[in-house]
Amino acid sequence: MGRFTSFTAALFIALMATAPLFLNAYYIDVLNSIGLYALLALSLNLILGEAGLFNMGHAAFYAMGAYTAAILNTRYQIPILWTLPLSGLVAGLFALAIARPVVHLRGDYLLIVTIGIGEIVRIALINDVFGITGGANGVFGISRPDFFGFVIRQPQHFYYLIWGFVALSIFLFLRLKQSRFGRALNYLREDEIAAEGSGVNTAYYKLAVFGLGAAWAGMAGTLFAAKMTIISPESFSFWESVVLFMIVILGGAGNMAGVLLASFLVIGLPELFREFSSARMLVFGLVMMVMMVVRPQGLLPARGR
Amino acid sequence: MDLLTLHHLTKTFGGLTAVKDVSFSVDQGAVVGLIGPNGAGKTTVFNLITGQYRSDQGEITFAGARLNGLRTHRIITLGIARTFQNIRLFQQLTVLENVLAGCHYRMRSGILGAMLRLPAQQREEREAMERALQELEFVGLGQQASTVAKNLAYGDQRRLEIARALATQPRLLILDEPAGGMNEQETGALIGLIGRIQARGVTVLLIEHDMRLVMRACEKLVVLEYGGKIAEGPPDQVRCDPRVIEAYLGADDET
Repeated sequence: MGRFTSFTAALFIALMATAPLFLNAYYIDVLNSIGLYALLALSLNLILGEAGLFNMGHAAFYAMGAYTAAILNTRYQIPILWTLPLSGLVAGLFALAIARPVVHLRGDYLLIVTIGIGEIVRIALINDVFGITGGANGVFGISRPDFFGFVIRQPQHFYYLIWGFVALSIFLFLRLKQSRFGRALNYLREDEIAAEGSGVNTAYYKLAVFGLGAAWAGMAGTLFAAKMTIISPESFSFWESVVLFMIVILGGAGNMAGVLLASFLVIGLPELFREFSSARMLVFGLVMMVMMVVRPQGLLPARGR
Repeated sequence: MDLLTLHHLTKTFGGLTAVKDVSFSVDQGAVVGLIGPNGAGKTTVFNLITGQYRSDQGEITFAGARLNGLRTHRIITLGIARTFQNIRLFQQLTVLENVLAGCHYRMRSGILGAMLRLPAQQREEREAMERALQELEFVGLGQQASTVAKNLAYGDQRRLEIARALATQPRLLILDEPAGGMNEQETGALIGLIGRIQARGVTVLLIEHDMRLVMRACEKLVVLEYGGKIAEGPPDQVRCDPRVIEAYLGADDET
């Protein structure tokens, strides 16, 4: 890591750690929203950025986690944060089960299939599948998270919960990146035939990364459910998957700093320009188009591109 | 002793028979060349051996094990490594990371080991790194370990592919046109490298169009034409075979 990068990282961490001291509740809430998207985008980055698998149904795994947490909490009174590992597990296993038959598909085909998966999950939730998802109304009355006796309810409390989880994720994913597992994902992205021809079990790694990315999205879902206390299918629409896909590609697939930056831009900027109402989406669309033409490798591309 | 044996191997693509009833064997420790005109089915034979294609008939055995139906990465773990005709490197990754791919299957650690940085995982990483650097030194790329692969010169990219293949610690190395695109000097160095690979006890099977390399490096040649084997034997014998001269070197031209 260069000196400039270390300095930027240190400055960013210092700013983020102290942000609740000088920002009002509204901006803290915007940052919470950015944090959740950053978490989701980081998990999608494993699948899309590191392994190069086109997944445009990430919201499905997010929904699985959020609903697992919400149902366990409202029906069985399990403290919401306790459901975190279980939500991850459910979303991860669900991803393994549905990815198994389709993950060998190439690029664009996989993209279409994952769009289908995202829609199936959303529509199943609307139709109150198994009678436990509450249909279009969703699940409400999710209790506030209780952190060893400390009840988290104010935005700045959630801020530390969410961004703490983001920090932990970045820490773990960085380690993952510099490991046998992380390298295997990159081999997969760069050249699948060469990877298999070097002794890498490509089928296994495709599945494993789908499971891992989905499990992380599931845990992000738990945090979302805890923050909102009410969840409904409309929070997990196709558009969410598109936005996440966009964040990863715009930021620079395979680069976590880029993914973070893009989360701020894609989620934060529209909030700052609320007064322009629908015109901001027009500008947003134009910026996306210009970006992809001028800088297709993303804002902060992974090294070497 | 035979290390690799092909028994009556046949592969068809639709109506085209790419490989027709081909049998030959590769002795332990030998350097064997597979030659033939373009489209003779040489690369198809390689892809059958390494499991990229499934044969329609016939059997491939390697060190006593039957390879038919195994997936490529399994075949690699049995001790066969390969390079590709049109270089297939991990372009955006460093030279070292490319070679580490070859070390992959001998390592164990997974997601948890990496996230928790367990001592076993750390040791394994260090050992793999050392092995990868050794292989880079071996092919003469020791100074380029942190270069991004796509920035290497063409000849170096070929050598990097060989280093990646050697990192799997194979018993048999399969090279698909290793001298393709190389100049005379680079080809000379490649012949030296093949000799050193053989000296390590690795058996080599190669496809090559460069006749100087084939004649100098190989102890045995197998000649394919239209998917079928037309000759087999030591280079001096094969080059005098009238069928080979007619089919491969051209009826009038003696090279």
